[in-house]
Amino acid sequence: MTKVYVSSVIPAPAADVWKIVRNFNALPSWAPFVADSRIEQNAQADQIGCIRNFTLKDGGRIRERLLALSDYDLSCSYAILESPMAVENYVATLSLTPITDGNQTLAEWQAEFDCAAEREAALMHQIGNGVFQTALTALKHRFGR
Amino acid sequence: MVKVCQSTIIEAPIDAVWAILRDFNSHDRWHPAIAFSEIEGGEPVDAVGAVRHFRLNDGGELREQLLALSDKDRRLSYCLLEAPLPLMDYVATLRLKPVTDGDATFWEWRSEFQPPAHRRDELVRLVTEGIYQAGFAAVRNLLRRENVRLPVETRMPRAIVEPAPPLDMPLAASMVAPGQTAMTRAIIVERYGGPEELQLKEIGLPPPAPNEVRIRHTVIGVNFIDVYCRTGFFDLLKPPGVPGMEAAGIIEALGSAVSGFSVGDRVAYACPPVGAYSERRNMAPELLVHLSDDISDEIAAASLLKGVSASFLLHDVHAVKPGDTILIHAAAGGIGQLLVQWARHLGATVIATVSSDDKARIVERLGAHHVIVYSREDFTEAVMLLTGGKGANVVYDAVGNDTFGGSLAALAVRGHLVSFGQASGPIGNWDIGRFASKSLTISRPNYAHYTDTPDKLAPHVNRFFGALRQGIIKVEAPRHYDLAMASQAHRDLESRRTIGALVLKV
Repeated sequence: MTKVYVSSVIPAPAADVWKIVRNFNALPSWAPFVADSRIEQNAQADQIGCIRNFTLKDGGRIRERLLALSDYDLSCSYAILESPMAVENYVATLSLTPITDGNQTLAEWQAEFDCAAEREAALMHQIGNGVFQTALTALKHRFGR
Repeated sequence: MVKVCQSTIIEAPIDAVWAILRDFNSHDRWHPAIAFSEIEGGEPVDAVGAVRHFRLNDGGELREQLLALSDKDRRLSYCLLEAPLPLMDYVATLRLKPVTDGDATFWEWRSEFQPPAHRRDELVRLVTEGIYQAGFAAVRNLLRRENVRLPVETRMPRAIVEPAPPLDMPLAASMVAPGQTAMTRAIIVERYGGPEELQLKEIGLPPPAPNEVRIRHTVIGVNFIDVYCRTGFFDLLKPPGVPGMEAAGIIEALGSAVSGFSVGDRVAYACPPVGAYSERRNMAPELLVHLSDDISDEIAAASLLKGVSASFLLHDVHAVKPGDTILIHAAAGGIGQLLVQWARHLGATVIATVSSDDKARIVERLGAHHVIVYSREDFTEAVMLLTGGKGANVVYDAVGNDTFGGSLAALAVRGHLVSFGQASGPIGNWDIGRFASKSLTISRPNYAHYTDTPDKLAPHVNRFFGALRQGIIKVEAPRHYDLAMASQAHRDLESRRTIGALVLKV
């Protein structure tokens, strides 16, 4: 089992950040590498079990199932059903924690998955850096930094 | 039952913070309220069940028991066994999380307890401010002292700790601040935002640490980087904090480990950490510059940052040589005026852009060979016309968003764009593949990387003061604002109405 963990300070109150990231169908509005997204079978984006089907700007297509969403803990977990990344048992969680000092937000994004041993380092970098940190950096910029 | 939760970011790796906090007996080394602490029965500090018995500065004694300690989660829980205050059923947990983006640490400190109803607000405030927030500041300071020999970090902790408001009880008073803390007036940014966030307040100023000096400011420089700190675009300032990275003044007190400086010395500085918008401050003296009699406080505060910047921009980032054609944006601004004069002296052909005819006249007087009023004229076309279609060898661009694309287009083959600011907004993302069409070089210099040690800084200071003495560059008398009017100074600076430098007078 491979684990990836990325965290970043977003210069905005947690409630404001959560408004953006809680929408399971809204990746194109804040993740710079996502071109478009839809929820399959006309489900609601906050319905546990719903599947988002989205296209990356490089053309790749990913399907992910919403496993958990908590407006109380400000966290969202999902599993990959299909992707071009050759990962198995991929489960990720994005969670927010308020930082009272300065009214900012700690955003943590972690994933666990299985993959071929020789692909592990490249995948950890691709997911940790190319996906999670890139999206969190875009969030930071969105709030003025 | 009330719940208190406070959290902060400490600019240090998680292992460094955890090394301090996991020691259940370490708090008398860092918490300002605690005079002495010991573990009862000689138990190890990391034995779950261990009891720490400690005495506050006011003599009050407490006992607390370690309930849980996890090196895996970096989490520690403890409860209060005995205390001189009715913090009934007090159980607290502190936990750390790594901030991988920047190698910092998230620290959360939370507790639950049952106060008597009539003392609820007072006790919540004591725990929130007197214990947790004061503890955050103390650990931040402890780590800063331990790191004092390291180079300037990009994110500096606050230099001046704002004391928690005094509470009407003896225990709280001792927890808030030691008795000898003096007060000073300073501009505080409570949260990132517009000029209105610059508020004049009285804040506590402890005696200088052993490796610090205390400076009484006379004149304080106002720079665009202060705007970026105020808005949060740069995170050199973490609210609440005091902005400002340039000032001149007089050394008023010395820490025990300081050498090379005396009380009464005239000094100036242009460096982090922030904290210059104040009457007095403490800071490490490594990057202080002694002022000779022929350099006034006003000129030093108005021009040290800009002069040192101009020095490394023209000599290190790009070594300007005779025959170069250089384009300088915002040439009537504080740093623009220095670049124009100095580049001309170095033998370059200087093309300057300004926003108005008034500014054009000033820049012409400073020696620019060609002046373009960019509000009226397309500066890219003008540069191409002036250079016979070749373009400029170097562009100095601190305007950012409005000019970046035009600057690229105005460059000659193998030209160099020095992007050192973004007064009009961030430059956004550019496809560097396109730069191959002219083999362009882009530099994005960071002031700290050219000036964060005495060895790096000294040549630039000497070169700048030398150029001032020889009359190679002249610095106009700056525009004055009272310290309390810092917000107006920022408004004027951001409106691009100003000519030359702005300073705050104390």
